[in-house]
Parts: sequence; structure tokens; C-alpha cells
Amino acid sequence: MDFLSDHSPEMLPGNRNLPPLHGAIEAPHGTTIVAATFPGGVVLAGDRRATMGNMIAQRDIEKVFPADEYSAVGIAGTAGLAVEMVKLFQLELEHFEKVEGAQLSLEGKANRLSTMIRSNLAMAMQGLAVVPLFAGFDVDRGKGRIFSYDVTGGRSEEHGYAATGSGSIFARGSMKKLYREDLTEQQALTLVVQALYDAADDDSATGGPDVARRIYPIVTVITDEGFRKLVEAESSEIARSILERRLEQPDGPRAALL
Amino acid sequence: MSTPFYVSPQQAMADRAEYARKGIARGRSLVVLQYADGIVFVGENPSRALHKFSEIYDRIGFAAAGKYNEYENLRIGGVRYADLRGYTYDRDDVTARGLANVYAQTLGTIFSSAAEKPYEVELVVAEVGVEPEGDQIYRLPHDGSIVDEHGSVAVGGNAEQISTFLDQRHRDGMTLAEALKLAVQALSRDPNGSEREIPAERLEVAVLDRTRPQQRKFKRIVGRQLARLLEADGGSAPTDAPSDIEDDEGADSPTSTTDVTKSTDSGGDVESSEE
Repeated sequence: MDFLSDHSPEMLPGNRNLPPLHGAIEAPHGTTIVAATFPGGVVLAGDRRATMGNMIAQRDIEKVFPADEYSAVGIAGTAGLAVEMVKLFQLELEHFEKVEGAQLSLEGKANRLSTMIRSNLAMAMQGLAVVPLFAGFDVDRGKGRIFSYDVTGGRSEEHGYAATGSGSIFARGSMKKLYREDLTEQQALTLVVQALYDAADDDSATGGPDVARRIYPIVTVITDEGFRKLVEAESSEIARSILERRLEQPDGPRAALL
Repeated sequence: MSTPFYVSPQQAMADRAEYARKGIARGRSLVVLQYADGIVFVGENPSRALHKFSEIYDRIGFAAAGKYNEYENLRIGGVRYADLRGYTYDRDDVTARGLANVYAQTLGTIFSSAAEKPYEVELVVAEVGVEPEGDQIYRLPHDGSIVDEHGSVAVGGNAEQISTFLDQRHRDGMTLAEALKLAVQALSRDPNGSEREIPAERLEVAVLDRTRPQQRKFKRIVGRQLARLLEADGGSAPTDAPSDIEDDEGADSPTSTTDVTKSTDSGGDVESSEE
């Protein structure tokens, strides 16, 4: 990235002169991303909807990407800018690995992403914010970790679970009641899909599982074996089993009152 | 004020070439061979930290003989060139030919510039194709010329003798174990004709394996996997057999970390990253 900024600075996100603006720009926005840790790893999932104002811009957008072997990033906010940011982030991790002969630490990766978000601040002020969620397996500590960000690049590590995007309020509420520290990998996968379902239930900008078009959330899991994205058969099975239960209990599983 | 002696351009160039050749000849040789599933790099390297071979991009590997600081400089330049190309356009648009041309330009400029000493390096840039016919190997001598090689190539100290040896014995469609064995045989021959033993821990081996499911095909072969291949006696040995000791560069990711870069462009290709 340093080389890029010397060599072709115009290619860096956030390095553009924008004309003065009246009103908000209409551009596709990605919506909800959720993540949860379990002993041995972390899961990161996102819904498939992109919205532009009150319109659905895309039904099957992908918002969760592997950053490298042991980490992934899910994006909420202006889709075009976010995808470019992720592309550059992936490139930078790979470049570092090839030049130095070693991978960046998870903290190092998280810090780098923080700087990249901050460099987009001027755009964020004009309504083109990018707010990712970064999750990875910390090889040194042997556990999954989640980092959330704000538009200014502020980074905070989340313990247990986290969500970002327009449906994050509902997703977080859902996970708050369902999350336990001793989840298995399979339970953690179900948890994040439940949370996405709840987010889609109450937030118009978040898409639920689309059975008719076979569009299901993107679900990824990172363990000591590295990054893995669930194939459609796996994610559709989780989504369908949840859907089945919701036919009886539309509000989903009930937590104990006391 | 003294007048400098006149030196004819022919003489000046010959002297520089001589200087570079001597520098390269001091280093140990390395060989690059095609085998059925890809391209293998084999060299004698007592150091575990200073690599002679490295990954440039998905399908492109780099090998160098000569002065470490000079070829390391060129290697990093190559990684930058490839990464910038791939980011600007697409990962498929980074080719060994393009990279070899950039190296040729750089080496040629340095070689003919009177202000600098010529680089004492000889490079090999190799790209593994989808099919064996698509493999490309380019050798770049110190003066900035490009030689398109097929089958096998040797650079470094004893290169001529080793290439002759390899040319006679190398054939298409060798297994990795066979190619590795041939390479080690070639490297163990001394200029005076005698043979010596090179222990496995002094060998640096890397492959560009076209059968790897990941987008990044470069992989170092170390530790037990190397020992197993050396013992395999020319039999068939799977390249991607689970190795107990992995390289620390993490080039061996369980799923591709890179082929999703493409699906970010299309946005809709759900199953592209899973094998």
C-alpha cells in the first residue's frame, strides 16, 4: 500500500477529490454482518441484500470475504467502496506475506484495516461510509477474535459476538439472548443465521433467506485449519431448519425469563 | 589534469560481462525442471532464512543465483510489479512474460550504465500453465537478455555442465520424485567430474504445482515431505500429500484466499471458493 500510494496514489480508496455535494448520493449499500466466537474459532456471516434508498439494488450480493488464510472481513456500508477496500486489504496482506516471508499478526491486520477505514473518512462524511467487521483466528493465542469498527476507523475488540450494518441492532439483540460461551461450531453457525433472520424480520434493508430463488446467507467459519466458506448445501440446510421452526414459532427460540 | 585512457566500448562491455559472470560463478548452482504436474525448483542452500526461490504471484515463481542483496532487490520489485498489475487489472493479467520483460529492462539498464556496477545475478522466471504445454520458463542472464527455456534450466556456478547433464536425461512427463532425483544428481556433480553427497537439509526445494486447488500454486517442500520424495526412488509420489511441516510463508492455505478476489468483481459466484 505504501508503494501504491507513492506509485499510483489515485488508486487508493479515499484519495479522490469530490465535487461539493448537495443531498446524498444514491449508491448500493450493504446491510447486516454478524459474527460470533466459539471455542476453537469464529464464524462470520452476512445477508445477501444490497439496497439503494428504499429499493433493493441486488438480491445476491456477497459481503463476506476471506482476507487471508486465517481471517475474513464482512462489509456493511457503500458496497462499491467496501469491495474495493477489501480487495486492497487482501492484496496488502498477501503482499506483506510474500515480501516478508511471514504473515502479519491478527492485531496487525486489524490495525491496518483501521487505517484504511480512517482514510475513507471524507467520503463517510458525505454519506458513503464503510463499516466492516473483521474476524480471524489468532494463531498465537489459539482462539477466534472479532474486531468491530466505526466510520472514523476506531477499532474495538468484541467478546463473544458482534454485528454491524443497518440490521445490527436486531441481530445483536437476538444473539444477546441466544449466545453462550460453550457453543459448538455447528451451534455457532445456527446462531448467526438466527441473528440474520431476526435482523431481516425487523429491518427492511436486510434480506432473509430466499427459498424461492435459493439465495441463502453467506456463512464462513475460521478455525486453526483456516478459512472455510459453507457451500450452498450447508448454508441452505441451516436456513431451512430455522425456517421450519419459525413456521411454528415466528419469533424464534425463546430465552428463559429468569 | 590527466586524460583518462581510452577504452573501447567492446572492451568495456566484455570487462563488465566478465565481472558479472565471475560473481555469479561464485554462487552455487540451482536448477529448474518441468515435471508432469508443474515446475520444480531445486538448489543447494545452506541457509534457511535466505531463500533462492520465491513466490511472485499465483502461477509465477522466481529463482536466482548470484549476490543475495541484488536478487532480493529484484525479487521485491517483481512482487510489487505483479501485485500492482493484478490489483489494477485482474489476477489473470499477470504473466511471466511481462515480468521477464521488466527484469530484462532493469538488468539491461544496470548492465550498460557506466555509473553502476553490473548486477552479479542470473534469474529464472517460471510460470506454470493449466496444461504442461502452457508452462513457461525464462532465463535472464546478467546482461538483460531473455532466454526462453524448455524442460530444464540451470543457472549459477557450474551451470553449463549441469545443463548438458540435464538436457541428456530430462524428459517430459516425469513425476516430481523423478525430477527431484535428477536435479539432485545434477547438482551433486563437481566441475572436476567427481560426485558429492548433498544432504536433504542443505537442499532448498519449491514447486509450482498446477494440481493445487488453491489459486496460489507456489509451495515450498520441506522437512519430512522432502525426505519422503527423495526416498521415493523415482516412483509416483503425490505432490500435495499432507506435509507435517509446512512452510512458514503460509502459501499453503486450506482454501484459496485469493480466488475470491475474482468473485468480488462478479459479486454473484457463490461456490467459486470451495473445492
